[in-house]
Amino acid sequence: MAVKVLIPTPLRQFAGKSDTIELEARTVGEALGGLTSKFGELRKHLYTDDGRIRSFVNVYLNDEDIRYLEKEKTPTKDGDTITIVPSIAGGMIL
Amino acid sequence: MATTTEAPAPKLSREEILRYSRHLIMPEVGMDGQLKLKQARVLMIGAGGLGAPLGLYLAAAGVGHLGILDFDVVDFTNLQRQVTFSTQDVGKAKSEAAKARLASLNPAIEITTYNTRLTSVNALDLFRDYDLIVDGTDNFPTRYLVNDACVLLGKPNVYGSIFRFEGQVSIFGMPDGPCYRCLYPEPPPPGLVPSCAEGGVLGVLPGIVGSLQAIEAIKLILGNGEPLVGRLLLFDALAMRFRELKLKKNPACPLCGEHRTITKLIDYEEFCGIRGEEAPAAATDVPEITPVDLKARLERGDDLFILDVREPHEYQICNLNGYLIPLGDLPKRVNELDSSREIVAHCRSGKRSADAVNFLKQAGFRKIWNLKGGVLAWSDEVDPSMPKY
Repeated sequence: MAVKVLIPTPLRQFAGKSDTIELEARTVGEALGGLTSKFGELRKHLYTDDGRIRSFVNVYLNDEDIRYLEKEKTPTKDGDTITIVPSIAGGMIL
Repeated sequence: MATTTEAPAPKLSREEILRYSRHLIMPEVGMDGQLKLKQARVLMIGAGGLGAPLGLYLAAAGVGHLGILDFDVVDFTNLQRQVTFSTQDVGKAKSEAAKARLASLNPAIEITTYNTRLTSVNALDLFRDYDLIVDGTDNFPTRYLVNDACVLLGKPNVYGSIFRFEGQVSIFGMPDGPCYRCLYPEPPPPGLVPSCAEGGVLGVLPGIVGSLQAIEAIKLILGNGEPLVGRLLLFDALAMRFRELKLKKNPACPLCGEHRTITKLIDYEEFCGIRGEEAPAAATDVPEITPVDLKARLERGDDLFILDVREPHEYQICNLNGYLIPLGDLPKRVNELDSSREIVAHCRSGKRSADAVNFLKQAGFRKIWNLKGGVLAWSDEVDPSMPKY
């Protein structure tokens, strides 16, 4: 299944500066797995050390939060869009 | 002449009727709606980028009582997006400068300023006096604090957040709707919060996002339309795309779920893993050199290798003729550095370069220093012609 993953601005730097990655996946977990194996640096931003999706990152399949579907096992179909939505706080500069 | 013996209902003056005539002739607002606006009490948390359009539109719309909370002063770098302020406001308290601007826009409204930081101690008392809260803050501890205080008091929280080219808008704290913790149970650990290398914001972006918040605040007051509850609006200015995602109330939410564990305000700095906003975590054990000492050593002709760990677009703004390797590229480009030479790493403020020094120390570099305070300090202490940003 060809799915599209939308990368949010803060994470684009870890995804070769792309805003969209297309890949083949049967589930949301497979799509994210494909994404992090392609872009290793993304892994620590999306997953905790024990492999759970971080609590300040939400993953949507189309317009539904996968926490209320079948989480990472949620099946995908051709043309689906997966959106990664991290929490953002503002344009602070340190 | 007709007289009335009923209790004095709030009324609009002749001048107010003229001022708000474009509202009054719309059935969706009308006289009833305008009177609701006049009686409304809205507290703005933050008078910065989001607060600018919020304050301007809420004041112009005739929201009868506006509270403005901000502890900060107007900085020159704020003027690129905080359109309530003028160049001559630089150095003034933001809450007071915003009040002056909004009062001149609409003298018919009341404005209360709070030139203070929002804390777990003052939040509930401050919020109690208001019908709704608009969150225009720029940091995670205050976001969680605003959210929790709103949920505990049952006040709507019109949320907006921005990053570079991207914004989020929603309404939290409604009786049947989700709260910010339903969306994000925990903040990112400080190490994963985007640093200044990825910071910055397109000046117009808060204008759009703050205006969206103002619309939602006004709709809540009017009780009209379909409020952005249970929906998260995402705006990507670069792609010029709006998207809407469904937000559900999380039954396991510790604040508004079925088994609540948070029943009072907590220490939000601690919750977000932050102690003192500007204290760089590891800066204390990083060997440092001051700008004055660096200059003296360079003038003496010492063989020092200046390593600039900022981004190429920052190098264009100003530089110390250093060798540029952005912090994020350092691991894969470390072989370009000669560990037998003395290296002075620097960035804008000294925070990223402290990380670089730590990384290089672990990689076996021994003769390495962090330029204390970065190019900002260099500009302050050595060369005032060096631009600051």
